[in-house]
Amino acid sequence: MQQVQVRDAVLAIIADIAMDQDVSGLNDELALREQLDLDSMDFLDIVMELKKRHKIDVPQEDYTKLATLKSCVDYLTPKFKQ
Amino acid sequence: MKERIVITGIGLTCPLGNNVNEFRQNLLDGKSGITHQEIRHMGKVAMGRCNFEETLYQSKKMRKRGTRAGAIAIYCAHEALKSAGLNSEALDTSRVGVYIGVTEHGNVETENEIHELYNQHNKDVSLWSHHHNPRTVANNPAGEVTLNLKITGPHYTIGAACAAGNLGPIQGAQMLMLGEVDVALAGGVSESTGTFGIFAAFASQGALGHHDDPALATRPLDKNRNGIVVSEGGALFVLERLSDALKRGAKIYGEIAGYHCNSDAADFVLPLTERQVECMSKAMKHADLTPSEIDIVNMHATGTQMGDIQECEAVGGLFGASPNTRINCTKGFIGHAMGAAGALELAGNLGSFEDGIIHGCHGIKELDQKCALPSLVLETPVPAPVKTILSNSFGMLGINSALIVKKYQP
Repeated sequence: MQQVQVRDAVLAIIADIAMDQDVSGLNDELALREQLDLDSMDFLDIVMELKKRHKIDVPQEDYTKLATLKSCVDYLTPKFKQ
Repeated sequence: MKERIVITGIGLTCPLGNNVNEFRQNLLDGKSGITHQEIRHMGKVAMGRCNFEETLYQSKKMRKRGTRAGAIAIYCAHEALKSAGLNSEALDTSRVGVYIGVTEHGNVETENEIHELYNQHNKDVSLWSHHHNPRTVANNPAGEVTLNLKITGPHYTIGAACAAGNLGPIQGAQMLMLGEVDVALAGGVSESTGTFGIFAAFASQGALGHHDDPALATRPLDKNRNGIVVSEGGALFVLERLSDALKRGAKIYGEIAGYHCNSDAADFVLPLTERQVECMSKAMKHADLTPSEIDIVNMHATGTQMGDIQECEAVGGLFGASPNTRINCTKGFIGHAMGAAGALELAGNLGSFEDGIIHGCHGIKELDQKCALPSLVLETPVPAPVKTILSNSFGMLGINSALIVKKYQP
C-alpha cells in the first residue's frame, strides 16, 4: 500500500471516530488534537480500528507516532506492507 | 420532614412520550406503548421502546462512546432542567447532585461484546473494547449526565432492583435535607430492552408477558395476565429545598411528603404482603398522613399472578376502608420500565394535582376478583380532587419502597 492509500485508510478511521467533525481539510503536519476534538479514548479507538480493520498492532510506546496525519502515514506505511 | 423538598422540574422519555404532558395525555387517552420487537436469541417479544432523539443534547461521538442508559439520562436531565427554568451554565454545578436509580446496568454492553467476541472476533480478547469498563461501571448513566452538563457535584446510581425509580428521588431529597447539594437531578433510568438475558430470565421464571396483540401482553390485575413486559425509559426530577424554589419563583409540581424503604428478608424473588403493608404504613407516618388522606395509590403491579394478588392484599388491607383513595396501575400502558418505573409512574400521576383527573389502568378485560379493590380506577379516568399520591415500587431480593408526594400548599 502506497503512502496516499495509507493516508486514506487512516483518514477513514479518523472520520468514523470524529464523527461530528469534517476531516476533509486537515493539515497533515499539524497535531490531530489541535484540529479535532479528540481525547485519549479517541486515540485508543484509532489503535483498535487499525487492529480490527488492518490487523496492525500499535504498541503503547508508539502511540505518540499517531500525533499528526503525516506521522501516522510515516509510521504505518511499513506496517501496512508487512 | 424538617426541610420541605419540592419537585420543580420533570424530564422523561417512555414508550408513551418524550415529555410529561405527552405521557399524561396518552395515559388519559388509554393508549398502549407496547410493541413487538425482535431481540437476539429470543425472536419476537413484546416490549416498550422509547422514541426520543438521542443526539438532541449530545454529539454523535459521545453517544457512540456511551450507553443507551446514559443517552436516556442525558435527555431526561436536559428536559428536567429546562422544565425547571434552570440553565446548567448559570448554576453553581458543584452544588448539583445526580442520583439515578437503576435496576441493573452493564448487561447490554456485556452481552453485545460477548456476542462480537464469539461471532466476529474468534474469541480474540485483544479486540475487546476499551469502552467496556466506562460503559459498564454502575455509575455510568449518572456519570454521563455530569460529563455532558459539566456538573461537578456528586453523582452515583442507586441499585435497587425495580424499586430504584423511587429510591433515586428519595436519595435526592435526603441529600437536599442534609445540605449536601442545592439542586438534585433524581429519578431512574432503564436500558433493559437491549438485553436478551432479562427477557430470557423472566421467560424461564414463567413471568414474561405475552399476547398476539402487544397492547395486551401485560395486563396487571386482569384474570388472564401472564407476566411482565420489559420496557426502557427514564424520568428525572429537579428537586430543590422549598425556600430555594420560592426564592427564584419556580413552578412547583409537588412536594415530597414522605417515604419509606424496607426489606422482606424472605425470598430472592417472591414479594411479601406484610412488609409491603409496613412500608406503606411507615411512609404515611413519615408524611404525617392517614390512609383516608391518600388520594391515589399507584400500584407496583407488574402483571404477574402472585405479585399482583399480594400487593392487592396489602393495598386493600390498608386502603379498603378509605373510599376516596383511588387506585391505579401504569404498567399495563408502558410495561415495566424497571429502574425508571417508579419515577415514570409518579410523573404520569403528578398532573392530577392540576387537572383533577385520575388515570386508570390498561388491559383489564376481566378483573381478577382477587384484585377487585373497591376504589380501583379501571379503564376510564375519573375526576376527583387530588392532593396526595402514594407510589409503590418493589423489587427482587425483597426491596420495598413507597414514596408520597403531595400538592404544594404554602
